[in-house]
Amino acid sequence: MSKQEKVLGSVANYVDERTGAAKWMKKNLTKVFPDHWSFMLGEVALYSFVILLLTGTFLTFWFDPSQNEVVYNGSYEPLKDVEMTAAYASTLHISFDVRGGLLMRQIHHWSALIFMVAIVAHLLRVFFTGAFRKPREFNWLIGVGLLTLGIVEGFLGYSLPDDLLSGTGIRIAEAIIQAIPVVGSYLAFFAFGGAFPGHVFISRIYTVHVLLLPGIFLALITIHLMLVWYQKHTQYPGPGRTEKNVVGYPLMPVYMAKAGGFFFIVFGVCAFLGAVASINPIWLYGPYTPGQISAGSQPDWYMGWLDGLVRAAPPIETHAFGHTISWNILIPGLIIPGILFTGMALYPFIESWMTGDKREHHLLERPRNNPNRTAIGAMSLAFMLVCLVNGGNDIIATQFNLTINGIMWFTRIGLFVIPPIVFVITKRLCLSLQRADRDLVLHGRETGRLVMTAEGEFVEVHEPLSAEKIYTLTQHEQNAPLALPDVDANGVRGVGGMKGKLRKRASIAAAEQVPSPTLTEAKEIEHH
Amino acid sequence: MTPSNGIKKLSRYRRHRWAAPSLMVVALLSVGTTFSIASEATPDATSTTMNTSQSVQIAEGKQLFLKGCSSCHGLNAEGGSIAPSLIGVGAASVDFQVGTGRMPMADMSQQAMRKKPLYNEAQTAALAAYVASLAPGPAIVDEASLTWERDGSTSAGGTLFRNNCAMCHNFSGQGGALTQGKYAPTLMGVEAKYIYEAMITGPQSMPKFSDKTITPAEKLSIIKWVKAAQTEPNLGGASLGRVGPVTEGLLAWTFGLGILIGVAVWLASKAR
Repeated sequence: MSKQEKVLGSVANYVDERTGAAKWMKKNLTKVFPDHWSFMLGEVALYSFVILLLTGTFLTFWFDPSQNEVVYNGSYEPLKDVEMTAAYASTLHISFDVRGGLLMRQIHHWSALIFMVAIVAHLLRVFFTGAFRKPREFNWLIGVGLLTLGIVEGFLGYSLPDDLLSGTGIRIAEAIIQAIPVVGSYLAFFAFGGAFPGHVFISRIYTVHVLLLPGIFLALITIHLMLVWYQKHTQYPGPGRTEKNVVGYPLMPVYMAKAGGFFFIVFGVCAFLGAVASINPIWLYGPYTPGQISAGSQPDWYMGWLDGLVRAAPPIETHAFGHTISWNILIPGLIIPGILFTGMALYPFIESWMTGDKREHHLLERPRNNPNRTAIGAMSLAFMLVCLVNGGNDIIATQFNLTINGIMWFTRIGLFVIPPIVFVITKRLCLSLQRADRDLVLHGRETGRLVMTAEGEFVEVHEPLSAEKIYTLTQHEQNAPLALPDVDANGVRGVGGMKGKLRKRASIAAAEQVPSPTLTEAKEIEHH
Repeated sequence: MTPSNGIKKLSRYRRHRWAAPSLMVVALLSVGTTFSIASEATPDATSTTMNTSQSVQIAEGKQLFLKGCSSCHGLNAEGGSIAPSLIGVGAASVDFQVGTGRMPMADMSQQAMRKKPLYNEAQTAALAAYVASLAPGPAIVDEASLTWERDGSTSAGGTLFRNNCAMCHNFSGQGGALTQGKYAPTLMGVEAKYIYEAMITGPQSMPKFSDKTITPAEKLSIIKWVKAAQTEPNLGGASLGRVGPVTEGLLAWTFGLGILIGVAVWLASKAR
């Protein structure tokens, strides 16, 4: 034993005698994680959250969350002597008079965008591979919660500098609050401490942005990761991989090194963007005044779909009993998002109801092997994309010489027409890919090499696949629709009423697939 | 016999169904005649002081007008179904529209766009003189009077700009979309004279900002702010078009996610 080992050993012993950590560490540091690039999308979200905490703390040292009127007297000449709130003035101060302040602000904002991008990308990976299935439904719900809170947290951060753009955003948020029937006006008065814009809102959302929501984030992320730890990570199917094992590398040293390195790369990408690309140049927007508005006012991208929905809504209002119900805000601003997010949260339970599958799943599915789910995902994505396009309709109109009305009508019709088309196309594509897999297994890889046989016949040489490849292509489950009886014991038709009928049809749709080649089929082909 | 006998006779017809229209005709005729006599008198009065080069210029402008503009604006600039009347728009309007190449229009699209001018400076001046001769209107802005560099205030101009212009031209004058394919053009690179003329003539969808709404001094401040926005360096790095969060989101999704997925693929494949 070298001297170094002796010293390290005694230090480790000292800690272990007081914490009993050795046993726990030994067990957990060797914990195995599977290896795939798509498993690292959630990591990106985690790391950008850490960057947000670090850069955000820096910004709080100088930011003044107050709506007191001040006259600007900093180094940005075009705003000299302009009246503005202390919040906006201190953001200008951070940008131009604090060393490294603008860089920190930009890194903070870019990592916020990357954070939301990574959450959505991670969500898509989890959805399309079926990683949300039993026993991971709770973790799916926590994830949906994190996404929702991320949108709110991002919006509040965007609102804090009190520039022309963020004030416009808050004004729209106020309109959405007011659109809630009966209690809307009271809620808006409560939130703003009186009429808009009031003088308390910035300090209120500041507390929520830097204290309340980050705290909830930390708690939820911890539970999210603990559940991954406890339930073990899912893995893609392949030889030697079963529902009962995890094939991969141990946390120590492989993943420690990989994850540690990846953190710095994510930090590097955010810092690079913050250094070279301008984001939220609030000095150009000017201070917020309720009487002003800029053309092309936009929210950050994760709110863009919501803005697009509101922009697409036709102006419909109802006046009844001295109240106005603004359907044009209520439906796109609250009802549709409510339906979308509730549907997303409940999807694991809906799918299990459709397929009747109550088993545990630790092996992921290739998206093509569950055509119905993949099609539902693609359909929802298409809906969101159409909304997002309309959110940027004014920018798209000027950049591509289109008419804003044309884009709006495209959205109004497209929201109903495009998602179903995408559903059908995606489902057909998945089934075709399954068919291609089946052909590949049965006939091998087409080499493109033509050979003339002794009889003078030309044949293309098919190269047989490796056993591993064949296993991977054929291991997926063969679905069958639920065996729901058409008639009950007494011969009465329509068991379960409308719900039963719907479930039967849904289960048939969910089970649709191309049958995997069987061993006998493969043998038969070999004899040819 | 009372003196009101004739009146009485007339008043019998006061509720006649032709009474109001015929009174209207009489009123219009008298106003029109008075106006035509009065306006006839004005050129007579000025013709003595008008130098010959100006009348030559007007004549030249009329020829240009008949050739290039009258097919849409009418032989007497009275306007038509596809183009507005130019009587009273003033020389400033012509100078702006023709000088920036917007007129004549290349096609009947939603809006005339800025392009290479078709007429040279002398021809533009002739056209402006002709249109100005039809009826009084804002005159061409003398560039020497545009002392925005000396008299304007950037910060006051910024506030005025955000109050009056940003809702169409965007917070930094990059332009923005209007309804039905119309748009507010970018102000970057636009000459001070044309910015000023646009404010006083209100071309196309733009409102007219009279000297009462925005004083000439304030107009100079607005020009100074626009010029400052144009020359301001991109303080935070690449500007991404100065159009707000749309391009930022696009960059986060393409470059940000792209490079991170690339790294993830690299990290996951190295271990094999």
